[in-house]
Amino acid sequence: MKKNQVLPLYVLAAVVLLGTYSCKPRNAGSAVTSGAAEKAYVAPGKYDEFYNFVSGGFSGQMSVYGIPSGRLLRVIPVFSVDPEKGYGYSEETKPMLNTSHGFVPWDDLHHTELSQTNGEIDGRWVFGNANNTPRVARLDLTTFSTAEIIELPNSAGNHSSPFITENTEYVVAGTRFSVPPDNVNGDVPINTYKKNFKGYLSFISIGKEGQMDIAFQIQCPGVDFDLSHAGKAKSHDWFFFTCYNSERANTLLEVNASQKDKDFILALNWKKAEEYVKAGKGKKVAVKYAHNVYNEKTHTATSEIRNEVTVLDSKDFSDLCYFIPCPKSPHGCDVDPTGEYIVGSGKLAALIPVFSFDKLQKAIANKEFDGNYEGIPVVKYESALYGEVQKPGLGPLHTEFDGKGNAITSFFVSSELVKWNIKDLKVLDRVPTYYSVGHLCIPGGDTRKPNAKYVIAYNKITKDRYLPTGPELAQSAQLFDITGDKMQLILDFPTIGEPHYAQAVSADLIKSKSVKFFNINDNANPYVSKGEPEAKVVREGNKVHVYITSIRSHFNPDNIEGIKIGDEVYFHVTNLEQDWDIPHGFAVKGAPNGELLIMPGSTQTLKWVPDRVGIFPFYCTDFCSALHQEMQGYARVSPAGSTVPLMFSTGKNLPPSDSTSAK
Amino acid sequence: MIFMKNIYLVLTLFVAFNIFSCSNEPEKQPEQATNTQPPASGGQENVKDDESQKDVVKAAMGSKDHTTLVAAIKQADLVTTLSNAGPFTVFAPTNAAFDKLPAGTVDGLMKPEKKEALTNILEYHVTVGVLKPESFADGQSLGMVNGDNVKVTIKDGKVMLNNSATITASIPVSNGIIHVVDAVLLPPEKK
Repeated sequence: MKKNQVLPLYVLAAVVLLGTYSCKPRNAGSAVTSGAAEKAYVAPGKYDEFYNFVSGGFSGQMSVYGIPSGRLLRVIPVFSVDPEKGYGYSEETKPMLNTSHGFVPWDDLHHTELSQTNGEIDGRWVFGNANNTPRVARLDLTTFSTAEIIELPNSAGNHSSPFITENTEYVVAGTRFSVPPDNVNGDVPINTYKKNFKGYLSFISIGKEGQMDIAFQIQCPGVDFDLSHAGKAKSHDWFFFTCYNSERANTLLEVNASQKDKDFILALNWKKAEEYVKAGKGKKVAVKYAHNVYNEKTHTATSEIRNEVTVLDSKDFSDLCYFIPCPKSPHGCDVDPTGEYIVGSGKLAALIPVFSFDKLQKAIANKEFDGNYEGIPVVKYESALYGEVQKPGLGPLHTEFDGKGNAITSFFVSSELVKWNIKDLKVLDRVPTYYSVGHLCIPGGDTRKPNAKYVIAYNKITKDRYLPTGPELAQSAQLFDITGDKMQLILDFPTIGEPHYAQAVSADLIKSKSVKFFNINDNANPYVSKGEPEAKVVREGNKVHVYITSIRSHFNPDNIEGIKIGDEVYFHVTNLEQDWDIPHGFAVKGAPNGELLIMPGSTQTLKWVPDRVGIFPFYCTDFCSALHQEMQGYARVSPAGSTVPLMFSTGKNLPPSDSTSAK
Repeated sequence: MIFMKNIYLVLTLFVAFNIFSCSNEPEKQPEQATNTQPPASGGQENVKDDESQKDVVKAAMGSKDHTTLVAAIKQADLVTTLSNAGPFTVFAPTNAAFDKLPAGTVDGLMKPEKKEALTNILEYHVTVGVLKPESFADGQSLGMVNGDNVKVTIKDGKVMLNNSATITASIPVSNGIIHVVDAVLLPPEKK
């Protein structure tokens, strides 16, 4: 183009700009159409239609939102201490965060998965994964609290987790950062990755009461297992895991793990694995991992270190694992409600491949393989492929299903949600997200029975969406009505941490089972006081156990003397209330170990090692009544060796009669 | 100077249109031919921020040597994508590089009916990931956003792409890196 032609180009460009840009939505202000407010509005005092369980990302917690209002209902502490609830601070909850590495106060929770029966959400539990120090947690949906955590040996970067089979037979956990197994010498040069590093897939069995146990692990090549989903119906026996870094690079993965045109989806027959384990084909391997359980009767968590897992080596069994080539570093791995279609989202790919379970079975039966990868047969791409969605958008990440034959996929790079038809693979609709969407959620969108009223986009970038709050901004979620042909943006709401995956379920399945308080008669905490007459202070050597009760609006005891420097003081606070939404708090001046929040009917313990002589007030931190401000007490700390006797009381420690008058 | 003036003219028109065109008639745009094109505006290009490091689009807009590229990016609806988080490595042909194409090629590609071909060419200049000058290796194959590959050769310390375009400068930007190239990369013919 000659320089004297430049001006016409500008004119053209300007015309193009006018033509192309003029009346498209510029921001949510104009992207939101009329009626949106009404659709997202839940009147004061009215309930939302759905619970939305949202991963808290790097906060390590899980948050619960009401949909469609976007109201934050609760943050459930899971893998991180939570000063709002005392989780990880009270002696009773500290064991929940125990690992083979000791107490880990902060982890990174990426995915949530609601328990299922027959491929439908059953409302019993929700699971979450710890990505950093690999663990899986089970949360109880009657108390909205963490009930159990199990650590995963031989693993690092527990990312393809905690996805479940259709009857919650198993929760899986796949290794994103392959490492040398725990029972071999891990002191190896990092550049021996290809030789020494392995990827483990763990299958955690779930008992009737939810109990988690590592049933078996499958040793696989040292790729990066990314995401996973179980089969459904006809593909019930199978689990599918995406993986990237089939190059098995150990440095600058940004470049070195993007070399190949295709990585893989691993198709794993977990029923076969189960049979092999039953037949004794697994190898018992010495490892070390923590298993933590919170007992609702004792209101206390216990942590046990376990020492053995059963391992199957994928290459020792010819009918256990198969690799399906999948373009360009696949991320999301999503199975449609019928169980026939497996969608792999290559985050650097220009298309979305959809694989057919029936074709995969045929290909396996006819051995339509392209050799093997580290001993695992590689099924020919075309043999397993149903079809490709062409030019769907840039950077596909995750797919959820509407149960009406359509899929909705999130695109990070082009920042949009795209709806497409599974059968004809045609794009039907697309909407921008603000900005750079990661995961998405349709209620029941990864089950056999989606409840496709809404899709929620969880965005990675917020920038100008809300009033600015300095360099760090709450991440944004966006709610779209998908009852019509076009997705319609109706609400934008902030979230905690960085939301990755989230799930939503009809509130009817959960709300009626919600616990209101704990029966004090069932409280089996060894330090409970089941009434004020049981309140006491007991010295055992240098340990002072304060059995203290709280009820509107006093502590018993509220005057304590006889504590000495060198003592360890344990305040075992029992909340005697038997009423909904009346927790009491407990804080004592100078306690370096935080505070407590005690639910009605439960007992929680704060350990306090006084560091100086003096008087230390304690008080209730949760506004409980009109006389909440009066709910206070004093602990006297005397020097080591002091002869001040141990004494405690409420309402009795009155001044001597001759000292009340003025001097 | 005439270049800069023209950029301002374009920008002024752009801004002016933003202000006046949509305020009262938000839903009147003509139906698009297909639903398969990326949305023109779902991204961060509208975020008001003059303080942060410039992204691919803003940096390209500030270059007098890349006005053709910028116009093409807009025509192909890639402004949103290239303003997003990326990260991107963008091979940015100069105006002179576009001028080397046969006469009329650029004007032809800028026609609405050639949008798909233009998009394909531009996406052939973008890969997801940050490839610094030292990241390139002789014989390397780069997977580009359009799905095709670009071949890297290194001769006398110069990085060449598809044996036709040489990297002449590299500019780090907030969402990746721009490598200025002296020729337009043409994707392989579609089967």
